[in-house]
Formats: sequence, C-alpha cells, structure tokens
Amino acid sequence: MNKGWNEFDAGAILFTFNEKVGNISEIHSEDRPYSPSSSFTASVSDWRIEKPVFNKEYCIDCQFCWIYCPDVSIISRDKKMVGVDYDHCKGCGICVEVCPTNPKSLMMVAEGKDEEEVLAAWPQKDQEKNNG
Amino acid sequence: MVENKKTKNLKEFSTSADRFEGANLLCPGCAHSIIVREVLNATNDDLILSAATGCLEVCTAVYPYTSWDASWIHIGFENAATAVAGAEAMYKALKRKNRLLQPERVPKFVAFGGDGASYDIGFQWISGAFERGHDMMYVVLDNEVYANTGGQRSSSTPIGASATTSPAGRVSYGEKKEKKDMMAIMAAHGSPYVAQVSPSKWKDMVKKIQRGLNTEGPTFINAVSACTTEWKFAPEDTIAIADLAVDSLVFPLYEIIDGHELNITYRPKNVIPVKEYLAAQGRFKHLFKPEFKHILDEWQVRVDKKWEQLQRREEARI
Ligand SMILES: Cc1ncc(C[n+]2csc(CCOP(=O)(O)OP(=O)(O)O)c2C)c(N)n1
Ligand code: SF4
Ligand code: SF4
Ligand code: SF4
Ligand SMILES: [Mg+2]
Repeated sequence: MNKGWNEFDAGAILFTFNEKVGNISEIHSEDRPYSPSSSFTASVSDWRIEKPVFNKEYCIDCQFCWIYCPDVSIISRDKKMVGVDYDHCKGCGICVEVCPTNPKSLMMVAEGKDEEEVLAAWPQKDQEKNNG
Repeated sequence: MVENKKTKNLKEFSTSADRFEGANLLCPGCAHSIIVREVLNATNDDLILSAATGCLEVCTAVYPYTSWDASWIHIGFENAATAVAGAEAMYKALKRKNRLLQPERVPKFVAFGGDGASYDIGFQWISGAFERGHDMMYVVLDNEVYANTGGQRSSSTPIGASATTSPAGRVSYGEKKEKKDMMAIMAAHGSPYVAQVSPSKWKDMVKKIQRGLNTEGPTFINAVSACTTEWKFAPEDTIAIADLAVDSLVFPLYEIIDGHELNITYRPKNVIPVKEYLAAQGRFKHLFKPEFKHILDEWQVRVDKKWEQLQRREEARI
C-alpha cells in the first residue's frame, strides 16, 4: 500500500480479523483469521543482527522467556516452550538473559549462522556457576 | 464474565493466547509491550482499550497495521482516559436501554498512557474520569521521560536523570525536580484501587491487574517501564533493570485500597543500594563524578525515607 501523505483517510478503522471471531483470548494465533491489517502478518526479521537459538535439551519449560519476550516471539503451547517466531523476534536478547538453565537453553548468535552448527557446538555446563 | 484466568504459576499462565501482536515498531527490548502483554493476558474477558499518543500508540498503530486483537481506540495525546470513559458510558447506556447487540459479553475497559500523557498533559482528563467514577482501569507506562519525542523530561523524571530538556553537563547534574507522586494523587481521588507494579515481578503484577479489573470503579496502575533507549542500557537488560528498580526500593511495589489502606506487596530479601540501580543506566552516569556525590547520597536518603513512610502507613491501617 503505497499512499502519499495526503491520500490517507483522516480517521481510520482497521479490522484485525477477516471474519467474526469468538473469544480471542482462547484462540491461539495459528487458528485466527488475521486480516492483512494485523501486524501479525508483517515481519521485523530484518531488524535483527543476532537471533536467539533454542536448545530443547536443557529447557525446563519454566516459561520465563515466554513472559518476558516483548515481541510475542516465544511460542509456548500446552505449557511447553516450542520455539522462536523469527518473523516477529527483534533479537533483543531478553529471553537468553532470563533463561535460568545451566547451560542456557537459548543463545544469541549472529543472524546468518546455521542453527544445526550452533546446536552441535552448544556450550557445556558452567561449573563455576554451579559451585556458586 | 468468561472463565477466570489461570495464573497460579507461570506454566499455567503461558497457555494464554496473546491479544497483542509482534512486528509492532517498539524498540527491541522495550518494556511497554511486556507490560501490555501482562495486562491483556491477566484476563480472558473481552477488552475495550485506548492508548494515549506516545511510543506505545505510535508503534502499534502504524497505518495500515494494528498490533491489537481487541477493540482499541486512539484519539489524542491527552485523552486516553476520556476515550475509554466515553466507551464505558456508552456501554452502560446501551445496556440500560437493552440495546446491546451481545449482552452476554461483558467487557473490561482499560486505558494506557505514558508518564508524559498521564502525569502531565492528560492529567486533568484522568482526574475527570476518576472523579466521574467510570468503571475502568488506567495504566501508566512509566518510563519517566517523553520517550517518543526524543527524551524530554516529564514530571515523572527523577532527580539527577539527564534528559534532553534537563541535560547533565559541566555545571548541571540534570533533572532538578523530584518525581511526582502519582500514586498518592490517584489515591486522593478516592479510587478503590491504586497499585504500583513492575513487569519483572509478573505474579505480583498480574494479581494486581486482576484485582483492578475486578474492582468496580476507576482503578489506577503505575507500571515501571524500563526504556532501553532513554535510560541507556542494553536491550537484553530490561528485566534486570526493572528488578534493580524494585529491589533498590526506588520503585516499591504496593497498593492503596479505597484511598487509604496501604499494603506493601513485595519486600526484597536483599535490598540493593540505590547506587547500583543508578549505575546500571547511562542517564545517571554523570552522578558518579565526584562533584555530584551529594546527589547520589541524597538519592539513598530519599528512597529510605519513602520506604519508612510506606511501612508506617501500612502499619497504621488508616
Ligand atoms: C497535545 C500534544 N502535545 C504533544 C504531542 C507530541 N508528542 C507525541 S508523543 C509525545 C511523548 C509521549 O511521552 P509519554 O507520554 O511519556 O510516552 P512515551 O513515549 O514515553 O511512552 C509527545 C510530546 C502530541 N502528539 N500532542
Ligand atoms: S530475542 Fe527478544 S524478541 Fe526475540 S524471542 Fe528473545 S526476547 Fe523475544
Ligand atoms: S527460559 Fe529457558 S528453560 Fe525456561 S522455558 Fe525458556 S528456554 Fe526453557
Ligand atoms: S524509546 Fe523506550 S519506550 Fe519508546 S519504544 Fe523505545 S524502548 Fe520503548
Ligand atoms: Mg514516557
């Protein structure tokens, strides 16, 4: 939508969904009829310099990453951390900071890095941390 | 009302279906959206929302996009409270006349505003809505500065912070005025529920939001919103900074019921020196020069005094 400044409507109503929906607080994003007006359909992936990579092996599903992610980009379903939504993640790194496991279950790496390689070279448990 | 939200623990809470979307234009690591998520997820009820002009509004309603999955309105900088109060008044009128299209859906009304929009420029509109007694909640995203226009000081900016209109320099230590005590002002309106929250203490915050939403009448929430851009810290540290704010007692967590009954809701196990909170942010960096040491010392004295005062008020039960 490439409109000039003087072509916008003075006041506007945007509809988030294409059709009538029930109680949205009980319907997860994958089952919602988003319209193109919802920013859910947009992406900010090009904002990132680094991305968080998730390693399921160490995760205890504490959900700290879920609650503190500003960008609704930690996907949790049925009390389990499922992964990162890379369309909406801005790469802030909060999820990594709040992850309590040792080693961490999330790690920031350069955007272009291969996920499999990162997982294969995951850091070991930090012994010093454990000993206090 | 729909079934009450399950928030006993974080795992349960994480089954929430968010009603706020990503790909908004808030900075990476912005606390505004963490606060909004905790507020919206605190309930399953239908929501009617408004936002004052400011980072939250500007970044979540960028035509042709919206990041809101609930009814949401923006009118101007100063009138988020009025917008939602009007919607609430209309809802009540339609209900009285039996003209609601879906009478079984009982919405909650919530307004969001920055500290500039709330402590300063929209203040009389909030005061009016609270005096009229609308059934609504007003949430301040308190980042202590006019962030969206480049960091001008507001009446919420604390002493010693460097802001673009109160810059620190060779002779000035930055902001000279004490932060306005909005909690006391809103309690003085006789609001049935006034609370200060931090998104880093999610359980305390969600409990207070639920209490505020379930209380009839105008309720008020002041949420500390650590701003990576204006407070000058790395975006991954937003939660750590918010924790320092509450653990140093710079942002004590408490609530005031019916204008007088004060409860402290969080007592840090280890109280952190105020200096540590200040040192973690670029906006206070200059205070660590020897010539401004007295400002640092005064900070600690002020915070101790306020904490003492809150404890006395809590004890007095009046
Ligand atoms: C009446 C009016 N005055 C000034 C502005 C310019 N303005 C837009 S956003 C903003 C700053 C908002 O600060 P705050 O309310 O603290 O929210 P923040 O951006 O910090 O979240 C200002 C001054 C405006 N839009 N309308
Ligand atoms: S890096 Fe930031 S935006 Fe991305 S998933 Fe982690 S917390 Fe969310
Ligand atoms: S914070 Fe870490 S351990 Fe907790 S759910 Fe997220 S990835 Fe798993
Ligand atoms: S300037 Fe601050 S409040 Fe505004 S979007 Fe950025 S981090 Fe958030
Ligand atoms: Mg502000």
